Amino acid sequence: MNNKTAHELHTLLTEKKISSVELTTAVLARIDQVEEKVKAFVTLTKDEALKQARAADERLKSGENITPLTGIPIAVKDNMCTQGLRTTCSSNILANYLPPYDATVVTKLKAAGAVIIGKTNLDEFAMGSSTENSAFHPTHNPWDVKTVPGGSSGGSAAAVAASEAILATGSDTGGSIRQPASFCGVVGLKPTYGRVSRYGLVAFASSLDQIGPLTKDVTDAAIMMNLLAGHDPKDSTSVDLPVPDYRQALVGDVKNVRIGVIKELMGTGIEPEVKDAIKAAVNKLAELGAKITEVSLPSFEYAVATYYLIAPAEASSNLARYDGVKFGLRTKGDKDLITMYSNTRQAGFGPEVKRRIMLGTYALSAGYYDAYYLKALKVRTVIKRDFEKAFKDCDVLLSPTAPTVAFKLGAKTADPLSMYLSDIATIPVNLAGLPALSLPCGFAGNLPIGLQVIGQAFKEEALFRVSFAYEQNTEWHKKTAAL
Amino acid sequence: MQIDIDHIARLARVALSPEEKELFARQLSSILEFAANLQKVETNDIPPTAHAIPMKNVLRDDQAVPCENVEAILANAPDEASHMFRVPKILE
Repeated sequence: MNNKTAHELHTLLTEKKISSVELTTAVLARIDQVEEKVKAFVTLTKDEALKQARAADERLKSGENITPLTGIPIAVKDNMCTQGLRTTCSSNILANYLPPYDATVVTKLKAAGAVIIGKTNLDEFAMGSSTENSAFHPTHNPWDVKTVPGGSSGGSAAAVAASEAILATGSDTGGSIRQPASFCGVVGLKPTYGRVSRYGLVAFASSLDQIGPLTKDVTDAAIMMNLLAGHDPKDSTSVDLPVPDYRQALVGDVKNVRIGVIKELMGTGIEPEVKDAIKAAVNKLAELGAKITEVSLPSFEYAVATYYLIAPAEASSNLARYDGVKFGLRTKGDKDLITMYSNTRQAGFGPEVKRRIMLGTYALSAGYYDAYYLKALKVRTVIKRDFEKAFKDCDVLLSPTAPTVAFKLGAKTADPLSMYLSDIATIPVNLAGLPALSLPCGFAGNLPIGLQVIGQAFKEEALFRVSFAYEQNTEWHKKTAAL
Repeated sequence: MQIDIDHIARLARVALSPEEKELFARQLSSILEFAANLQKVETNDIPPTAHAIPMKNVLRDDQAVPCENVEAILANAPDEASHMFRVPKILE
């Protein structure tokens, strides 16, 4: 039963055909069976999960206050604070951190009666595209354990793909939900910036970070967004707009929807098999009645360079808090404060985090600020305007989520720049603050390919409409990884 | 491109081994060379975007509220005494 979606399981739970304890036990048994190969989790919470499952069963029995997530096992990315439960960001500097509070998304999941089964692995502080930057261990792609699951939410995507969780949360700064969703053959949504509260999400790049769902199908993503979206007084960047019922957008029809295919993301640098799968998906949507045009966003050429100045600049500031004083690691025996800071940070951070802190420090430093950081902010405006222009004639834009399918472990670790380029299609979306969803649209060999659907700010409904219609007319989401 | 890696590491408060200095100097140079492509974009009349979605200041009443989880917060501190964080000496 752990192969099923949350909405299928919800029916079984409310019809009393299964209990949450049975479901949670099945998920935990699956974890026992495959986790050694996948390594999706940093921390498992078996006892607490069964306790939450028993509480969910009480709720289901009483028939009161039942939500679509009541009794459903979910995995939480380990950069979201869970009160009293280790939250590591897959970093040695936070290896023993016990948050004194819950992130708002965690509070919402608990209130809905979801069963939290563990915390998932990520690239340290969400910096990476393969989950190989975890200080603890890499995660393996369930479709081929010799390949990466993508990143940084690689643990969450792999857990859902391997049916070690029914649902998972991820966070996305430059593609960290969508690229692993693509590599692992699941659905991943990065909502509009400000749509979901970031309170309790460990900050990486605050103008880009956003929390979203990783699920087995589009319906489950809509169900999770119904819960996660909304204003939070504890996050001043969360937007006070009404939350629609996203399930209303799941109509199965795309007649006259205007779809733009992004020319710059269908050219060189995109693997032929990926390109073919996207072309086939576009044809399918045309067949279903959508109006297809080609759109050009010439500034995309500069998006990766823009991102790798802005995100590290923000990270260098956000990660200044890890100084060995209030929480986290501290090296012993240092004679003065500055030495203690510097030695703690050397011991606590891995190479990618140090690289980005220094890159950001450089871009913000005297003499380089205008040439690097300010220049990047201006090019960000150019990219945003290119999107605005494209959306004058289109309801959604399409592209591959990633230029390739999952690559082999170790293939890109020696060359940071080649790793950065795997986010070429996802990064522009974060820079413009827009929502985008990745869903399965084919395979190269046995490795999944992802289709990215990009929408206008706060119009996630358009993504759900197009994605659901495509999904219901294809079979990709029904395929499961043979582990 | 030459980078003063010692200066940057000092600003960032990260101690580096000689091997790390050599590696990061090389890698940061190649990343910054790649970033130099941005100079090709004409931005004379373009304002910077720090946030993609319009932001406004959010204010709340300046009211003191009790902090109820002091012990849980201090339990994470590497060194703590009398409800304060203790650090190595900061003055000669």
